[in-house]
Amino acid sequence: MTKALEIKNLQKSYDNGFEALKGINLEVQEGDFYALLGPNGAGKSTTIGIISSLVRKSSGHVSVFGYDIDSDMVKAKRMLGVVPQEFNFNQFEKVQDIIVTQAGYYGIPAAEARKRSEKYLKQLGLWDKRNNVSRMLSGGMKRRLMIARALIHKPKLLILDEPTAGVDIELRRSLWDFLREINEQEGTTIILTTHYLEEAEQLCRNIGIIDKGEIVENTSMKNLLGKLQQESFVLDLREPVADVPKFAGYTVRKVDDLSIEVDVAKNQGVNDLFRQLSDYSISVASMRNKSNRLEELFVSLTTDTPVEKSVSENSGEEKGESQP
Amino acid sequence: MSEWKYNLVAFNTIFSREIRRFMRIWPQTLLPPVITMTLYFVIFGAVIGSRVGEMGGFDYMTFVVPGLVMMSVITNSFTNVASSFFSNKFQKSIEELLVSPVPNWVILAGYTMGGVVRGLYVGVLVMLLGAFFIELQIHHVLVTLLAVFLTATLFALGGFINAIFAGKFDDIAIIPTFVLTPLTYLGGVFYSVDVLPEPWRQLSMLNPILYQVNAFRYGILGQDSGISIGWAFAVMTLAIVILAVWALHLLRVGKGLRS
Repeated sequence: MTKALEIKNLQKSYDNGFEALKGINLEVQEGDFYALLGPNGAGKSTTIGIISSLVRKSSGHVSVFGYDIDSDMVKAKRMLGVVPQEFNFNQFEKVQDIIVTQAGYYGIPAAEARKRSEKYLKQLGLWDKRNNVSRMLSGGMKRRLMIARALIHKPKLLILDEPTAGVDIELRRSLWDFLREINEQEGTTIILTTHYLEEAEQLCRNIGIIDKGEIVENTSMKNLLGKLQQESFVLDLREPVADVPKFAGYTVRKVDDLSIEVDVAKNQGVNDLFRQLSDYSISVASMRNKSNRLEELFVSLTTDTPVEKSVSENSGEEKGESQP
Repeated sequence: MSEWKYNLVAFNTIFSREIRRFMRIWPQTLLPPVITMTLYFVIFGAVIGSRVGEMGGFDYMTFVVPGLVMMSVITNSFTNVASSFFSNKFQKSIEELLVSPVPNWVILAGYTMGGVVRGLYVGVLVMLLGAFFIELQIHHVLVTLLAVFLTATLFALGGFINAIFAGKFDDIAIIPTFVLTPLTYLGGVFYSVDVLPEPWRQLSMLNPILYQVNAFRYGILGQDSGISIGWAFAVMTLAIVILAVWALHLLRVGKGLRS
């Protein structure tokens, strides 16, 4: 299988001495949907900057579909489409002009680019705005404009740096659908960085976690989630309970009169829990995950805290802050 | 498609975008030089000029028109590239180009030629304005065209280098204000250096703009100013090569563009 991206011993020190990347290694296969996760300042944007040639690496090798970004720069760049974190289009130009101009940089003549831009602008809901000056667009539209711009030369590898930051829920879902579609139907390899762990869990097949300039985890999403030792569920009750009875094999805490929290160990299942609930005549209205499971892992991997500990110690409120 | 065709499309894209830009904001780019130059023509040419008498063998108005055309070409070709490139750098939209496979020399050529066209466009406008005041007759078409083209290219490259070094908008105003304007005003636009006493005459000979203005004036008026035209063209060509190599070097190392 072809490697869409191969990074070997990539190292970057900035002029002020800050070592942003400490020799990372990373491989992403063709057709993959890959998430690169990490806290702020972990090195995600530096990595993307180096791949897209906006940041100069200190040492190491990067190749895109087998083309080295140093020795085969032009071919590597043709394979690559990048959606950066910050808006970086000319605020005074019109939406369609921005895309047609970008196409021109890839050697696509204007007439062909206009035709092609129609498809992406329609798919991303920007066709009605094609003659608007870009600075007049809403934040979500600006982000979609950058996605359309990145796709106009039909790159085989699309890299998105926090594509849904500051985007409302509805739009985020429609972007997810769009990205899934181009990954599945057009076979575009996608790498995205995100703060929203739910996003990575929903979209990506493989995942890398980067922290302080080092890759601390690089595996399939399935494997990673399999590492969870336990999960916490919140049960909403039909009728208030005064005291929570003892449950054999489960740790149960009362949140308030109408809800309780239950820790369920890996492979333990919830059948027995519900049997016991019935025994106590506790009627459950609904049940949900206490928080995103991936978030537990993420916190544990980037703060050196064991998973079990972080699950039981982190309160819902704390997690609320890091959620969108 | 061959690499050449890709590069040609990319060049056209940058070039036509540059032209679109200065045409779109014509009240900022084309109108001011027209108004300023009309004032120059009226005041220096018609009002004061009639009292000056002859300059370099011509009546003052005839003498000053080629100088003012050249001054407009210099300022406009420089400013166009400096403003456009810096503004793209400031808005980060220059990244659109930097992530693309466009070679550096195509980027430089596209921006430079955009600036050249703005310089020539304004030059023609000023020339047409001048035609209201004097009987315009071009004596050496080739010399005139070559002088104006080389001058516009040279200053467009200068504007590019200025924009690369600039970190804020003030930085693209400093060079035009403190270097370009004094050199132009003292570069034989308004007077013939022959009227200067020594050592000012000799000192003026060090001003590169003097040669360009004189070469252009020679092309239009056919007047020999005592400065070799061949020498003027050789100096301009050499300066263009030096600035182009410097600009390409700055692009290669990513000065002010890549961290």
